[in-house]
Parts: sequence; structure tokens; C-alpha cells
Amino acid sequence: MSQRPSVIWRTIATPVILAVLLLAMAALTYQFGSRAFNRTVVEMFINIMVVAGLYVFVGNSGLLSFGHISFMCLGAYMTAWLTIPPVMKSITLKGLPVWLLHTKLPMWVATPISGLFAALFALIVGRVIMRLSGIAASIATFGLLGVVNNVYSNWDSVTGGQGSIVGTPATMNVWNGWLGAAIAIAIAYLYAISRSGLALRATRDEAVAASASGIDIVRERLIAFVVSAFIIGLAGAFYAHFLSIVNPGSFYLRTTFITLSMLVVGGMYSLSGAVAGVVVISTLIELFRNLEKGVSLGGLTVALPNGVQEIAIGIITIVILMYLPTGLTRNQEFSWRGWPLQRRLAPPVQAALKESN
Amino acid sequence: MTELLQIVFDALSLGSLYALGALGIALIFGVMRLVNFAHGDFIATCVFAMLWPSINAAAIVFAGNLPFYLLIPLLLLVGAALSVLSEVIVFRRFRNANPATMMIASFALGFAIRNFLLMLYSSRPKSITLWPSLSLPVEVWGARIPMLQVVTIIITLAVLAVLTLFLKRTRYGLEMRAAAENFTMARMLGVRANAVILLAFAISGMLAAAIGLILATNSGTADIGMGANVMLIAFIATVIGGLGSVPGAVAGGFLIGGASSVFQATLPHDARVFRDAFVYGAVIVVLLVRPQGLFAPKSAKQRV
Repeated sequence: MSQRPSVIWRTIATPVILAVLLLAMAALTYQFGSRAFNRTVVEMFINIMVVAGLYVFVGNSGLLSFGHISFMCLGAYMTAWLTIPPVMKSITLKGLPVWLLHTKLPMWVATPISGLFAALFALIVGRVIMRLSGIAASIATFGLLGVVNNVYSNWDSVTGGQGSIVGTPATMNVWNGWLGAAIAIAIAYLYAISRSGLALRATRDEAVAASASGIDIVRERLIAFVVSAFIIGLAGAFYAHFLSIVNPGSFYLRTTFITLSMLVVGGMYSLSGAVAGVVVISTLIELFRNLEKGVSLGGLTVALPNGVQEIAIGIITIVILMYLPTGLTRNQEFSWRGWPLQRRLAPPVQAALKESN
Repeated sequence: MTELLQIVFDALSLGSLYALGALGIALIFGVMRLVNFAHGDFIATCVFAMLWPSINAAAIVFAGNLPFYLLIPLLLLVGAALSVLSEVIVFRRFRNANPATMMIASFALGFAIRNFLLMLYSSRPKSITLWPSLSLPVEVWGARIPMLQVVTIIITLAVLAVLTLFLKRTRYGLEMRAAAENFTMARMLGVRANAVILLAFAISGMLAAAIGLILATNSGTADIGMGANVMLIAFIATVIGGLGSVPGAVAGGFLIGGASSVFQATLPHDARVFRDAFVYGAVIVVLLVRPQGLFAPKSAKQRV
């Protein structure tokens, strides 16, 4: 008990704790959950991937990005192009190049390709956008979202336009959902403790001092941007397999803001916060969804009117932020010693916050 | 020539709408560094205030039947009240929070308001007829321009003139500009923080009501999502103009409106559906050239 845990264990405690907790959730769901509940949990795992990806960029760089859902869009469509049976593709997506039209890859090959595709795209646009900082960078990422959404909603021969592409194999269950979330958490954590992650957090907290110490801000931001795009591209691929429908509308403002809210509610500067935010908000949504369906209290069924769920989520988010402006985890990581919370990654200094005000 | 005039009027009227929206966002950002994502939902609320709550497709017009000299003040009051109320209940508690937290709080507020409207009115767009005479075209130098466009432009110019006079010539305007420049300093010199912030919210709410009226007259429908689009473009416009600068916000609004209309008119037919992609692309290019915005106030310069 008094013995200090080994360095390696202390280093990897956070992702291991998170992954084990999620695995327990997956197992319980698989054992006891209904079909609908299984789907809810899979959706939660996919959201964890997205928010962990957001954390890699937003949490480490301190720049708010409104554009990351466009990577989810790219990943999802790439998966759709790669995995839908050629017979169906040749009817709905006539504009695809011939080699792509005749490709049919299994999920485990198509998913990493989708992630890499999103990362490649991020590398190209990131070289331009990452030169900006502060609110200008946020708006530029927003512009990115607008461009991607507009192109994917209107390039009918390749993306099916506003309509949906149907036919991605529905292969998702809680186990591969968990695997995806665990991989996302592992990549995000490895990035956060890497040299680049440390450098990027230094630029977040004190940009001037960091660049005076020889850190190339644009380069570190670009690395984080590409890594986060890869994770979110993977999430997009999983999402395509989850719904087996791909539609540009599902990768736009609503998703952008819901995932950002999850990140901020959990605590935007910590990976544990990212995961906790998704779990808490998903739980609340599920809770209110059930309350809307009705619960029996001593033979009396009480049901909330429809629409209360969203209003309640909005209000609860505000209340959480009111009392915990730095999020549920206060930007700290889960770790073994000092359970449940202990300061691991340094929180941003007050000066940085003032500056961004 | 007439075609060109048409484009000019399209650009000006669309730009007016965005400029009004950008003003509403810039005023609040100026005094409390809050990007108010609920603004779009304030706009929608003002539109729906004209209707009686019902989930039927046929709208039961309620306040919308009032003569204009009663309807307009009533809606301005609704907008101002909603905006002030949200300050008092929600935003006041976020004064010292980090901008991202405030932004998400405002988004959550907008989300709650939007779903409250959905609950009362259902998601079906409702038709609403306000002043049908305004959609008749008028002849301007040989071009046939919808009356509404002319009215929109005139109203916007009037609002801008009044607001400029207010900001430049009155005591409260002076306080507001001082607060936008350096809030802490202004407070030390005797500017009452709460009063200034409430005033900014009230004006912003009234601007939301004005946009709501114009949108409802223009489209003839009331739709829950109608404000969100204007709000987003307005937000982009304030950044392009230089966050914190009121004239910059107006200029940014007109610039984006102009760019949309020009792209709409000049892009080849096949590329026209990609107009928004061009607009957003242009936004990114402008930001790369002028990251501080086109009319950045001196106070926005980052000090080391």
C-alpha cells in the first residue's frame, strides 16, 4: 500500500482505467441490455471516439475547433465508398472512379483507410489553417465544415447529395464499439504524453514563452490536427457501419455542438474529461428518453411530455458549467493514486485564460 | 445594367440582414467577450411570438394580426425581454468563465429555447403572411426590385444611423464603447457594469426581433431553424470585420452578403449549388490575409 506504483503504471494508468471502465460497461450492456440499449451504448462509444479526437486538438492546443465533424463526414463517406457492395454502388453512385466502384473491402481494412483519408485531408488543409490562432482559427475550421458539408451535400454523383447512401454493412456491436473507443483513447493519450503533445500544451498555456523556447507552434498544431482527424475519421467509419446509412446532414452543426458540449462539460483539457463528458451526457439523454416513455410509480404511469429531454439537457449543461466552469473533472485526469482524481497533466495557468479573454 | 442593379440590391438586402445579425453579436461580444450562439434562437422566438402555440400545420396568427404600429414595438419588446432575461438568469454567472465555456453555455441555452419552441409549435414550418403588399416589385432605374428589399435596406440604414448616434452622442453609448474597449478600466472610472451589459443585451434582442420580422415577411413562413443560419453567418461576419469592432461587424455582414450574391450571379450554373463552399472558402482566405479581421480595433491587438 505504501509502495509507490511503478513509473510505467503511473504513466499508463489513465487510459487503462478508462478502457477498463468502458469494458465493464460493454460487458454489462451485452449481458443485460435490451437491443435498443445496446445501440445506445454503441453510439456512446462512437461519441467517445469523436470527443477523444476533439480533445487531441482542442484540449492540447486550446483552440476551439468547429470543423472536426467534417473529418467524421470524410471517414464515413470513405467507408461507404469502400464497403457498399459494388452492385448497389453502380446504381446510386455513378460518378465514382471505376476502381472504387468495383472495390468491396471488409470493415477492418476499410476503417483504417477511412481514418488515413481524413488525416491526409487534415494534413493538406491544416498546413494552411494552422497558421491562424485564436478565434480566427476557430472560424477558419468552421469554414472548413461549411465547405465540406456543402460539397458532400451537392456532389450528387459521388456522394448521393442530400439523400442518404444506404448499404454500409451494419456490423457494429458493443465489442467493436468498445475496441474503437479504447483505440481512440490510447492514441489520444499517447499523443498527450508525447513530445509534441507536451510542446503543444506549452504553447496553449504560454504561447510566447513556448515559441521562445524553440517550439514551432504551427508544426505542433498541425501534428495534433492530423492525429485528431485520424481518430475522428475512424469514428466516422464506425458511425457509417452503425447506422448503415450515410447522410451529410448528420455531420453538421448539431453533431458539432453536441460533441463540443460533451467535451466542455467533461473538462476540455483532460482526456478523462472528454470521456466523462460523453458518458454523463449520454446517460442523461438515455434517462430522459426513458422518462418520456413513462415510468410507473406505484401503478401510476408518469411520462414527461415529448421534447423535455432536449430542454433538460440544455439546462443541465448550463447548470454544470455554472458550478464547474472547468468541467466535471476540473481538467484533471483519472489516475490510481489519489483516486478518483489527481492532477496529472498540468492545468492551464490563469494567465493563459486571461489572455484569451 | 438592370441585371447589375438586381445583383446590387440582392447583395445589399442580404448584407443588411447579416449586418443586423452581426451587430447583435458584436455588441454583446464587445461588453462581455461572449459569442452568443443563442442569438439565432432569439430570432426564431420573435417570429413565433406572432403565432399562438399550436402543433397544427395551419398557423393561428395571434399578435401577427395587430397593426404594424403595435406589432413592431411588441416584437421589439419580446426580443429585448428574452435577451435581458437570458443575461440575468444565465450569462451573469459566466462573467469570469473562459470564452469556450461561455460559448457552450450560450449554445446550450439556444438548444433549450429551440426545443421549447419545438414543443409548443412542432417542427412543421408554418405559413405566416405579414404585409403582402411588401412583396410587390417596384421599379428602380428600370430594374424590378421587390419592395421588401428596398424596405430592408432602408430599415437597416435607419437602424445603423440611430445606433451610431446612440453610441457616439449619448452617455450610455459612450459607456458602452468604453466598456468594449477596456471593461476593467471602464468599471474603475464609474461605468456601471451591469447596466451597460443589460443595455447591450436589450439592443441585441431588439435587433434579433428586427431580423425576425424581415425574415418572416420575406419567406412567408415561420421555421424553427430560420434564425440559426443568419446567426452563423453573422458570427463569421463579426470575425471577418474584426471581433470587438461594431463598424467592422456591419462591414463584415455586407461583405458576406455581397459575396454570396455575386457568387450566386456569376458562378457557372453547375457550380452554383456549391456557392456556400465558395463563400466559406473566401472567408478562410480573408482570415489568412487578415487574421485580426479587416477592421480590428486597436484593443484587440495581443500584447506580450
